[in-house]
Amino acid sequence: MKNNNQQNVFTKLNIFRGTDSIKPRFETFKVPFQQGASILDALIWINDNVDESLSFRYSCINANACKECMMIIDGQVEYACLKKLQKSGSKLEPLPNKTLIKDLVTDIVPPKEKLLS
Amino acid sequence: MELIETDVLIVGAGAAGMYASVSAAKLNAQVVLCDKSLISRGGATVMAQMTVAAAIGHQEADHWTHHLQDTIKSGQELCNENLSYLLCKNAPEKILQMRDWKTDWANVNARIRQVLAPGHGIKRCCYVDFLNTGTAVARTLRGQVAKLKNINRVSGLTIIDLVIEKNQVIGAIGLNTETGEYVSIGAKAIVLAAGGLTQLFARNSASKNMGGDSHALALRAGANLMDMEFVQFFPIGHLAPRLVGMDPIMWDPFRYKLGGRLLNNYGEQFIEHYGGEDGDAYTVGRDLAAYAILKECEAGRGSPNGGAWLSFQHLSKVELDEAFGPIIEKLLANKIDLTKQAIEVAPIAHYHMGGIEVNESMETCVKGLFAAGECVGGANGANRLSGNAIPEAFVFGEIAGASAANSTGETPQLSLQIGQNALSNSLVELSCHAKQKSQFQTVTSRKLLFELQKLMWKNVGVLRNKQGLQMAIDEIRRMKNDIFPNLKPASGTVFNTSLMDWLDLRNSLLCAEAICLAANERRESRGAHQMEDIPFKSDKFTKNQIISMVDGDLVSRWQDVQKLEFDLEKQR
Repeated sequence: MKNNNQQNVFTKLNIFRGTDSIKPRFETFKVPFQQGASILDALIWINDNVDESLSFRYSCINANACKECMMIIDGQVEYACLKKLQKSGSKLEPLPNKTLIKDLVTDIVPPKEKLLS
Repeated sequence: MELIETDVLIVGAGAAGMYASVSAAKLNAQVVLCDKSLISRGGATVMAQMTVAAAIGHQEADHWTHHLQDTIKSGQELCNENLSYLLCKNAPEKILQMRDWKTDWANVNARIRQVLAPGHGIKRCCYVDFLNTGTAVARTLRGQVAKLKNINRVSGLTIIDLVIEKNQVIGAIGLNTETGEYVSIGAKAIVLAAGGLTQLFARNSASKNMGGDSHALALRAGANLMDMEFVQFFPIGHLAPRLVGMDPIMWDPFRYKLGGRLLNNYGEQFIEHYGGEDGDAYTVGRDLAAYAILKECEAGRGSPNGGAWLSFQHLSKVELDEAFGPIIEKLLANKIDLTKQAIEVAPIAHYHMGGIEVNESMETCVKGLFAAGECVGGANGANRLSGNAIPEAFVFGEIAGASAANSTGETPQLSLQIGQNALSNSLVELSCHAKQKSQFQTVTSRKLLFELQKLMWKNVGVLRNKQGLQMAIDEIRRMKNDIFPNLKPASGTVFNTSLMDWLDLRNSLLCAEAICLAANERRESRGAHQMEDIPFKSDKFTKNQIISMVDGDLVSRWQDVQKLEFDLEKQR
């Protein structure tokens, strides 16, 4: 998100926060809107600038190769790296059919790739 | 703290780590293959969209000695030729083995299709359509790994430090990211295969986890790094408009397949002005192309976002559709129509030629410690040939895995107590902070990494100079010694991204210092190391540079380059 020409336009992300032991809630973050930017760009921006404790999975950042950033965006299963940031904002939730670990992170690790399995 | 025990621990589960685990397991070693992300998904392999060089001669007559000659030429007299030899000699067998394991190499009449890539004299580069090489390779190896019962796969395990006793590996300590619990792993041998470090630069094609973990683990364990100053800047990384869902280096094969025109802001081709022969082949070396683009920008002839234009507008829609296949749809989804517009490209950090110093068994100077893949230094010298990274991962992975399985040292056992002590030593910066308040409390690991990336890009990037490098060294030491120890990761155990970022940064700062120190010592321009104020190659630097850690400080020394001890011509 390095373009400066739309610096003053913002949008909102309404993001699920919580773990098994921390009471679930939604938290709203104001993020800069840029044409063409992905939801993942905005999540990384939040980590960099607002809240480094917000948890979500990603490795490849941009290539849609690692497939780790799958989540629910406005009610649909999406990859955050492919889904574009909307001017009207978005609601982000963890995958519903997987065990919640924290915030947008769910247990997508195959059972045979667990420590001490 | 849990204690687990194994024969061989492999750190990093990309192509090198997976190949190593298969080869160790086939020799009956008990293997733990771990990755701080997910097995086979997190590193560079899965992102490799392009080509794999191997002299299989399916399209035109070839021999591994030709591949070796091209590799050594590209490395500008700094290749450890014994490692380059292993790479080129063994690459063909690996490509065919991968085919047997059902990697679907693009083929024509049952022969693997091979294309010409920059720096190769022969059509030698295999691929999987469309831009799918890395994904296909990762899937194949993932399948092979899963077949072997003596490989214990562990996703989400970050290795914090190795545990060494009397210059012998005895294990490692790690963090289970999903639970926040610390783990001790007793191992007779360890293979470091966690990839490169291009994440240290602001513009890069890396995944998040390529911040130099292997290099930092090796240094702190007492192993040496070599040729750290050589970072490959890929000349035509995607710059604008915003393109998501694609690897930023995707344009290269299309450029040489279709003759994509590289233009400055006045619509002029410019590579020839810098001594390159772009002509009709579009195979100018990566270092020269990167240099030329930045020089055009400096002269005020760059594209609006600070790069060059890449145009395919000389081709018809039919030709583009055929060559790009399904990629055309992905581009249109990003509102990019190649028949109507050129795109902007610029150099980005893409690969690191330097790395951990190993011998031909992939062993470091620490007993029981091996390395494989991009984190190994030497095979590619001062500049890597296109297509050499994946075969390097296969070949070195296989050797390292076998060497580790056969490593028969009398290893002392790692106990829980030793693991606990190692952990407290590693986290000393973290624990000392808890007691003090500081002026740096608004700084986070993420912000400091961001500053580091900007600094590395500006001062240690494509074009370097003495003053900029000295400034970078001073600034990195200030970050490392003054700011970093005062950072406080957010509390919490389960998937604590803030603690993971802190552990990453700890490694990245050490690697950044090693790169700057090495770059500052090499007072010449060669391959990927270009000094604006010393624009010539100097014979006295036809040496490899070794960086090691002595009493906590990094020191540099020079070492003779290892040359082949046989006549290449006689091998044919």
